[in-house]
Amino acid sequence: MSVKGDYMGMALSIDDLDGENISYFKHCAEHQFHLQKCDDCALVRYPPTTACPFCSGGNATWTAVEGKGAVYSYLEVHHAIQPAFKAKTPYLVLLVELDTQQGQPTPDDGLRVAGNLTLPNGEFALPEVVKTVGIGTRVRMVFSDVAEGLALPQWTIDETATQPAKPWRYPQE
Amino acid sequence: MPLPADTDVSTPKFLRDKYAIVGVGETTYTRGSGKTTRALGTWALRNAIADAGLKASDIDGMLSYSGNDSTPSTFMAGDIGARLNFYMDCMGGGSSTEALIGIAIGVMEAGLCKCVAIFRSMNGFSQVRIGGTGARSAAPVNGDMLHNRAYGWQSAGQNFAPTFMRHMYDYGTKPEQVAMVKVVHSEHASNNPKAYYKKRFTVDEVLSSRIICKPLHLLDCCVETDNATAIIVTSAERAKDQRHKSPLIRGIVGRCSKPRLDMHYQHGPISRVAGYYAKDILWPNAGLGPEDVDAVGAYDAFTFTSMLQMEDYGFCKKGEGGEYVSSGITRLGGKRPQNTSGGHLCEAYTHGMNMVIENVRQLRHDVDDYCPMGPDGKRQHTFDYREGGCRQVKDIEVTANLGWANPATGSAMVMRRGT
Repeated sequence: MSVKGDYMGMALSIDDLDGENISYFKHCAEHQFHLQKCDDCALVRYPPTTACPFCSGGNATWTAVEGKGAVYSYLEVHHAIQPAFKAKTPYLVLLVELDTQQGQPTPDDGLRVAGNLTLPNGEFALPEVVKTVGIGTRVRMVFSDVAEGLALPQWTIDETATQPAKPWRYPQE
Repeated sequence: MPLPADTDVSTPKFLRDKYAIVGVGETTYTRGSGKTTRALGTWALRNAIADAGLKASDIDGMLSYSGNDSTPSTFMAGDIGARLNFYMDCMGGGSSTEALIGIAIGVMEAGLCKCVAIFRSMNGFSQVRIGGTGARSAAPVNGDMLHNRAYGWQSAGQNFAPTFMRHMYDYGTKPEQVAMVKVVHSEHASNNPKAYYKKRFTVDEVLSSRIICKPLHLLDCCVETDNATAIIVTSAERAKDQRHKSPLIRGIVGRCSKPRLDMHYQHGPISRVAGYYAKDILWPNAGLGPEDVDAVGAYDAFTFTSMLQMEDYGFCKKGEGGEYVSSGITRLGGKRPQNTSGGHLCEAYTHGMNMVIENVRQLRHDVDDYCPMGPDGKRQHTFDYREGGCRQVKDIEVTANLGWANPATGSAMVMRRGT
């Protein structure tokens, strides 16, 4: 069954043949983060693929992964392209390196999961919070509900974590 | 049956200097062309054919690239009156020009045709906005795109920004260093009659222009324009009959990529770009190195893209790009001028082809600028690079073009002056 939903003025959809994305977002809709773990090499991958990018193994098992990590890089959008995002500027797109499988299979690899900086309820973070987040900020995963079978993973500041004294931010505010 | 030694195609050396770019042409660079991409493409192709001193019937191969925003070869060939023995229209943007020149050489080597015209035609301002605004911004988001576009992470600038930002974090690259890319390219554009933007900018002007998407200011981003560009590639043997001392192709690398193109940020260091891998094909194929290059066209969709490529192709050490682009080396009159037409930041956005056209004209020692016209109809170059003056690089022998699709995919080409 295909999945359809409206989010931020965009028509989101997953085709019925796209089993990988259907499974990924079905877990997200249940507010669980699951990734494919290769049955052959046991490495986890993101985003969903039809074979293992590390060993090309064709079989994988959806496995719960902890949605915690640190901001690896980010962008701060002031001039939005998509119309509904204009009301949310400045907004952050975070690339978060998970604690899970950091530096594997090579030291340069990591599971870097995208998402916006949001409040714990999945709503966009306000400008004064955006200003406090940069490379190194510890975040935890939350979800924005879109439709049945579809929620988007998002990131919010991890209130329980020890934060860096000053996360790295672009020098011009 | 063993092949004779001189047909050993397993060595890149075999094709060095065997093919040439014999003609180049473009439309005016404009916003609001008032023409279809078919009409623009035909215009550029006719100019390139005339520049080569060829007849349309000499063209028997055609290649193009687009993002479904152009007109295919079939219509262009009809409009110019060429009967084709080979054609192919590819998907792609900034890494295409050099890659398609490589393909053209391949199909000519394979005997499919003898003379290939390559074009890119686009209304990048008035129809399909290259910056991603307009119709494309409201497009439905399906399947794999949910992992990026659903987050307002869609345009080229937004897509590449994590690499740019991480480079500043990893190496301490400063905004004022990066801004020098725009400053220098705008100086070059000021001496280019064809450039869409001819104004010279300062570092302060770049840094005080509005933020689009940190770390990019408006003036870190290229211009969006309507235009078509075309080049003609044939064997060096056939090129001898043509009008110009046609630049010879030394070596090419095409759409060379980092791991994980499905989402390349999974593999690091993300401040590394495709040139890291491509350099090991480009320089051995060319039999030359960065130190031999007199001028570079380094894809400047953004100030950062130009800078990052200089590092990973080995023009400076990794992490020292900021210092390199603000040292004066890249200026006209410097050791290795860069984007001498003003590039994508100032001249026009053509998905890379205008920077190849520029290097062809540089190698012919015949760029257009504001120098006095001689009796032979050519500019008498003064090599005075002040505003409103010259932009010809003196005694130029070797150029490099570094094409960029995204941080993870690049193409490149080395040319030398024809004999």
